[in-house]
Amino acid sequence: MARSVPTDAVAIPLSSAAQGRGASSAAKPRRSSSAPYLQVAPLVVVFLLFLVFPILIIVMVSFWDYDTARLIPAFVLTNYDELLFSPVTWGTYLQTVTFAAITWAVTLVVGFPVAYFLAFHVRSATWQTALFLVCTVPFWTSNIIRMISWIPTLGLNGLINKGLIGIGAIEKPLEFLLFSDFSVVLAYVHLYTLFMIVPIFNSMMRIDRSLIEAARDNGANGWQILGNVIVPLCKPGIAIGSIFVVTIVMGDFVTVRLMSGGQSASVGLMMLNATSLLQYPAAAANAVVLLLLVLLTVAVMMRLVDVRKEL
Amino acid sequence: MAMAAGSDVELVSVSKRYGDTLAVDRVDLRIPAGTYCCLLGPSGCGKTTTLRMVAGHEEVTEGDILLGADNITDLAPAKRGTAMMFQSYALFPHLDCTDNVAFSLKMKGVPKAERRARAQELLRRVHMEQFAGRLPAQLSGGQQQRVALARALITDPRVLLLDEPLSALDPFLRVKMREELKSLQSRLGISFVHVTHSQEEAMALADLVVLMNAGRIEQAAPPRDVFNRPATAFVARFIGGHNVMAAKVNGGSGVVLANGVAVPLAAAPGLPSGSPIHVAVRADRMRIGAAAGNGTVLHGTARAVEYFGPTVQLGVDVAGLEPLSVSVTEQSFFAAPVEPGDPVAVTWSPEDVHVIER
Repeated sequence: MARSVPTDAVAIPLSSAAQGRGASSAAKPRRSSSAPYLQVAPLVVVFLLFLVFPILIIVMVSFWDYDTARLIPAFVLTNYDELLFSPVTWGTYLQTVTFAAITWAVTLVVGFPVAYFLAFHVRSATWQTALFLVCTVPFWTSNIIRMISWIPTLGLNGLINKGLIGIGAIEKPLEFLLFSDFSVVLAYVHLYTLFMIVPIFNSMMRIDRSLIEAARDNGANGWQILGNVIVPLCKPGIAIGSIFVVTIVMGDFVTVRLMSGGQSASVGLMMLNATSLLQYPAAAANAVVLLLLVLLTVAVMMRLVDVRKEL
Repeated sequence: MAMAAGSDVELVSVSKRYGDTLAVDRVDLRIPAGTYCCLLGPSGCGKTTTLRMVAGHEEVTEGDILLGADNITDLAPAKRGTAMMFQSYALFPHLDCTDNVAFSLKMKGVPKAERRARAQELLRRVHMEQFAGRLPAQLSGGQQQRVALARALITDPRVLLLDEPLSALDPFLRVKMREELKSLQSRLGISFVHVTHSQEEAMALADLVVLMNAGRIEQAAPPRDVFNRPATAFVARFIGGHNVMAAKVNGGSGVVLANGVAVPLAAAPGLPSGSPIHVAVRADRMRIGAAAGNGTVLHGTARAVEYFGPTVQLGVDVAGLEPLSVSVTEQSFFAAPVEPGDPVAVTWSPEDVHVIER
């Protein structure tokens, strides 16, 4: 038996090398060197047309001038000047970043345990799929219906206030529940926790279960396994989920407007207001600044965690 | 490390049931201290489940597992005095070699400098000190295995459990690591329990071969005993190198094969006449050509000739029997070469017949 092994081991590389040469020499004359470029061409065209080109337009317009009725092609820095030296801008950006940070923290704290439960406690694939569908329930209705249906839940005479008064926990209704920063964050969390759950779940499913046994064999208790094995190996998933949540919240305006009852500002709302006054160059400058801020945030996250491991 | 040595492992009527299926069926086994024990068998025979029960990664349905004087049946894996080396090594991909090896000390709260120093010492022992800062993905299979060994040994285990440790390696490295495992075991003086499906690996390494089939132990004995006196037809077939033939006891001194040929024995079988049995004859004890003395002669046809260098393997078809395999030395084969299709006579001596009760 042992003596047959070396001959096998020699024979296999030789024959596979021969096959490899045969295949490549047979294929070469037919395939030109431009084939790979042709293959990526459709995606490149789509990206150029629908991503790069619009962004270039926005950058261009951000340097234009405007008055109450017209856009004036020019190269002026007034849009950036007015934007960056206005305390309103700084306040709004701070508000948006605060929303993003709070939403990020809450979706992570809620999403991680849910992903953990789905990955490590739900054994059957059927149940995993079923429970994932449950997680997507917030997406089953339109944005507007979802926002409106918060009102009878959180309003002064809503379900929660009535319930709390009913059991005697409070005497007068809680006002912060609706049309407040609280309700804005609540709506974000309700909607975007799924974007945190999915990538973290994905990371967790890739963790070799024998690593957890090995940790236990080395004397780790449940919390130690979580802290020393699972969380470090979930970092790429956490980073991807964080990028989703942060970028979506930074660009949002609908949720802020509806859930704050018009009392909170956001960068997106600022731009919406500018465009409704036909101040497109101002909105474009704001968009460029926001884009740079979001890209910077994403760059920092990519720096902290090697996301490529997950791709 | 030497202090940790000297504990027997004992399995007392250990069973493992998954729902309705019985994976391990009332296994009794005693592994004396300092033994290299190989659990051998085909896939699904319960060998890995048995190992995992000893390690504490699988609950025991019934029975007890003892280590030295302690009943470890229900203890946590790290509290048993065992350490396990996993099939794919299960190194933590985000930790370098030093931190992998130091992991159990970190869990115990040993200060960083101390645990890293101790890990260095273990890495030196497996000749991996120059790779201490590498991540597992930057190591070859053999290097990963050494790190896994160091990680298992840092807990000073009384028994090291190895789940198919060599199956992920290429054939050349497998032989090399096999030697290293054996020499490490004899240096440490603790028991190694090694799961494998390769009889060659078990024969090469083990002081005690435990051959399992369908959740039960077929035979637990030193390799020479397993090879020369297989307890069952399954053992003889699994271990290889044997021709197993169905037969019946015929009178007081001989047996008769399924095709009616009488096989003289060196000693009386000690079984009533007519009892169904198996006889096993080692392939290298069979000869081609005329019988010497009172040996058995079977006439058949050469089916295949395989040249292995020192030996030549001959497949022979004999009417009324399963195909036989005869291993002859290169020298004797080429003294009287045989082609496939040639008629051949296969012979063996009475003392080479091993009777297996059915």
